[in-house]
Amino acid sequence: MGVLDLKDQFILKIKNITKDFPGVRALFDVSFNVKKGDIHGICGENGAGKSTLVKILAGVYPYNTYEGNIYFDEKELKLASSSIEEAINEGIATVYQELVLVPYLTAGENIFLGREPEEKGILNWEKLYSDTKEILTNYKLNVPLFTKISSLSVGQQQMVEIAKALSRQVKLLILDEPTSALTDAESNSLMEILKNLKKSGVTCIYISHRLDEFFRIADSITVLRDGQVVDTVQTKDTTEEKIIAMMVGREMKKRFPDKKSNPGGKLLEIKNLSVSWKNKSIIKNVSFDLKKGEILGIAGLMGSGRTELVTALFGEYGNQVTGDIFLEGKPVRINSAEDAIKYGISLVPEDRKEKGLVLIQEMFKNISLPNLRQFTTRLNIDKYKELQECKKYSDYLTIKAPSLFTITESLSGGNQQKVVIAKWLMSNPKILILDDPTRGIDVGTKYEIYNLINKLAEKGVGIIMISSELEEVLGISDRIMIMHEGQCAGTLERKEATQEKIMALATNIKKNNRYD
Amino acid sequence: MKDLNYIQKFKELRIDFRAYTLFFALVIIWLLFGSLTGGVFLSTRNFSNLLRQMTIISFLAIGMTPVIITGNIDLSVGAMTGFISVIAAYLQAIIFPNLLPGLFPSLSMESLGIISTVVTVLICLLIGLLIGLGQGYIIAYGGVPAFIVTLGGQFVLKGGILGVTQGKTIIPIEDSLRVMAQGYLSTHTGIVIAIIAIIIIFISTLQNRAKKKQYGIKIRALGLDLFFAAIFSVFILVFTFMMNSYRGIQIPVLIMATIAIIVTYIMNNTRFGRYIYAVGGNREATRLSGINVKKVVLRTYAMMGILCGVSGIILTGYVAAGTTSGGTNYELSAIGGCVMGGTSLMGGIGTVFGAVIGTLIMTSLENGMSVMNMSVFWQYIIKGLILILAVYMDVTSRKNKV
Repeated sequence: MGVLDLKDQFILKIKNITKDFPGVRALFDVSFNVKKGDIHGICGENGAGKSTLVKILAGVYPYNTYEGNIYFDEKELKLASSSIEEAINEGIATVYQELVLVPYLTAGENIFLGREPEEKGILNWEKLYSDTKEILTNYKLNVPLFTKISSLSVGQQQMVEIAKALSRQVKLLILDEPTSALTDAESNSLMEILKNLKKSGVTCIYISHRLDEFFRIADSITVLRDGQVVDTVQTKDTTEEKIIAMMVGREMKKRFPDKKSNPGGKLLEIKNLSVSWKNKSIIKNVSFDLKKGEILGIAGLMGSGRTELVTALFGEYGNQVTGDIFLEGKPVRINSAEDAIKYGISLVPEDRKEKGLVLIQEMFKNISLPNLRQFTTRLNIDKYKELQECKKYSDYLTIKAPSLFTITESLSGGNQQKVVIAKWLMSNPKILILDDPTRGIDVGTKYEIYNLINKLAEKGVGIIMISSELEEVLGISDRIMIMHEGQCAGTLERKEATQEKIMALATNIKKNNRYD
Repeated sequence: MKDLNYIQKFKELRIDFRAYTLFFALVIIWLLFGSLTGGVFLSTRNFSNLLRQMTIISFLAIGMTPVIITGNIDLSVGAMTGFISVIAAYLQAIIFPNLLPGLFPSLSMESLGIISTVVTVLICLLIGLLIGLGQGYIIAYGGVPAFIVTLGGQFVLKGGILGVTQGKTIIPIEDSLRVMAQGYLSTHTGIVIAIIAIIIIFISTLQNRAKKKQYGIKIRALGLDLFFAAIFSVFILVFTFMMNSYRGIQIPVLIMATIAIIVTYIMNNTRFGRYIYAVGGNREATRLSGINVKKVVLRTYAMMGILCGVSGIILTGYVAAGTTSGGTNYELSAIGGCVMGGTSLMGGIGTVFGAVIGTLIMTSLENGMSVMNMSVFWQYIIKGLILILAVYMDVTSRKNKV
């Protein structure tokens, strides 16, 4: 390679970027380069500065609000204020961690939002949908054309986001944790999409908490810690363990804590549970049981009915549920969240922002919300007792927040999740259901959550945990139930379970080609 | 383990800038009108009038606050106030004078008047409660948008007003009811109430300290706490003497203060209050926390209904008649007062205190412009523009914070 070639080798050069927020230095002296046509991974724990970096590249934080220089495609990138549009015109498109789609419009309408094909001011719907179909089929995105976004699964919504970015003629595509909401199968197809994109010459910056993905697709990896670059390495020269060590600043031997599994008596028994909702049968004849101190993992693809199953247990479908639920041997009917909580069942929901937290309120109010009866009479709340209790759980979970009065919205994702868990721990549940609790959370916090789940199980709490990550299900569960199309496809003991077996059951294919 | 001190520290540091901005705006408006009217606006007599003027709307604004915080609205409160007002007049002028002497032949006219008023008040509050429950039920359990239900309710109640009055003004009203809206406390009673209020302030300050001690929270110097209590006390005393120098504290103002304190307590210190804010902040998360969201919404409307009852009673007493136009457009002033006082129409944010101050600002504008003899068309235009301006400033200041 000659010296001259070096000039166009890098499509993006980031030089000495420092970004301060009031009281916090989010990025300090960050420099690295991204090679043209590469898939460049960026990883780091929550709060390491990944999202801030993305927002700078996308123009959310415009030029002059940070120190340092960015060179994109041979010239310096100077994005004016509020210039997300400008970034896209420059050829940088971003798919964010949080989905930003209009829920009442279809995939096509969302993809072409603001630049709908029109003739003399009249929308050309045919072209809009044929273009949409072309993008979706080209990149093998399995999204129904005419369905409103609100009725798509999170995974499909994510695909629409990606399609939206791809529909622009981009040179650099930034993906901020695109797979945190996807099942393994969906992630796999995303990996394929990215490989195809690479072939057509698009450069990708890929941010993820799932390190294995880097080793499948990324050419190089930049590791951030506390707002600084630890190192940029070639993927082929490193290992997952080394990356983790760089991220946390120490050698992290284990991904999952040791556990003493010692299930006790039968806590919950479900017999032939079926749910029909809006004239659709979403859960069909599911039976299972849960013992005291047992961790039951539920695996399955997005849309397999795993979330529906646990929310049915939590009373979400009211009287649309048939079948029998026995709690400690006694038959119970659960028609609402109120009932479920009364019976000692708590649910950490899948979508913490929509369903788990009142974001505009203080942290302590969120923690105490379902538990106010513990320190109130009809006419008074004992605020000091409330604070004391909230403090106890906040300390127990090591929630990192300036105070209990911090507005929940301003906490990081991992800490928000801890607030949701704190809230349900305080309710002192007999059964704790966690719906994908580690989604979009960094390695360190994940480990803490696993530890906590184990501790609760040791105390005799029955745990039902849904997970999108096979490794996690395998690492934490005593038993694994696999869902497929609203049915229980099988249950595996910890000892006999392997990723391949789970995948085969989840996709209902005896022999899964992908894992051959 | 850290103790609770750090919690407390942050709580004390969190100064409510909004409340200060409101006070600041109020003082500016008062000074402005004071100078424009050559001091007439700031006279104790006008001040006394101003406070009485705001009471009827303030009941509605106080009730509206929880309704708006849960993300709903009530457009029927003006018509409901008017309806209850004519019901009160109808009871007092037409029903009871025929009914009561037959039931209690031995009592004097004066005693009968008092019985009439007591029963009227109870019936009016009950009617308010029932209308509130009815609308609230359709909204919470029927799932019909609050805007539509209460807009429809407004029409129904307006029809009700015409039905009861047959288009005529209903008189006479018992003196005892008029006193509730027009009366003054004697100077002695005023001072006694002020002293009781001051004693309560000091006792609760000391109780609070004891409670903090019990939970191991660091307490600030006793002197500092007493100093703040003293400031409030001085404020109450100054107000009392000021009012006493005219005719005394007005009874409706006392009712307003009492209700504002009760509702504030409900909002801050009860589960119901907590749930109101939570429902407004995130209805779904609140429901999934095992809280009966529908019941919370229903109750806010029930409370709103009772306060419409209070408002209607005071309106009848103030006008000393039941009129067909009573209560017209009050809902807009009440919503304006809430919003001006910082209640977010998006839900989840707002205080009763803010709503009262907001109403006071709106009433001050109205009163000031009347004292200046400004023509009514300008009054409407200026009130409208100031409301929009106030919310615009609020919205931008919130944006800047984020």
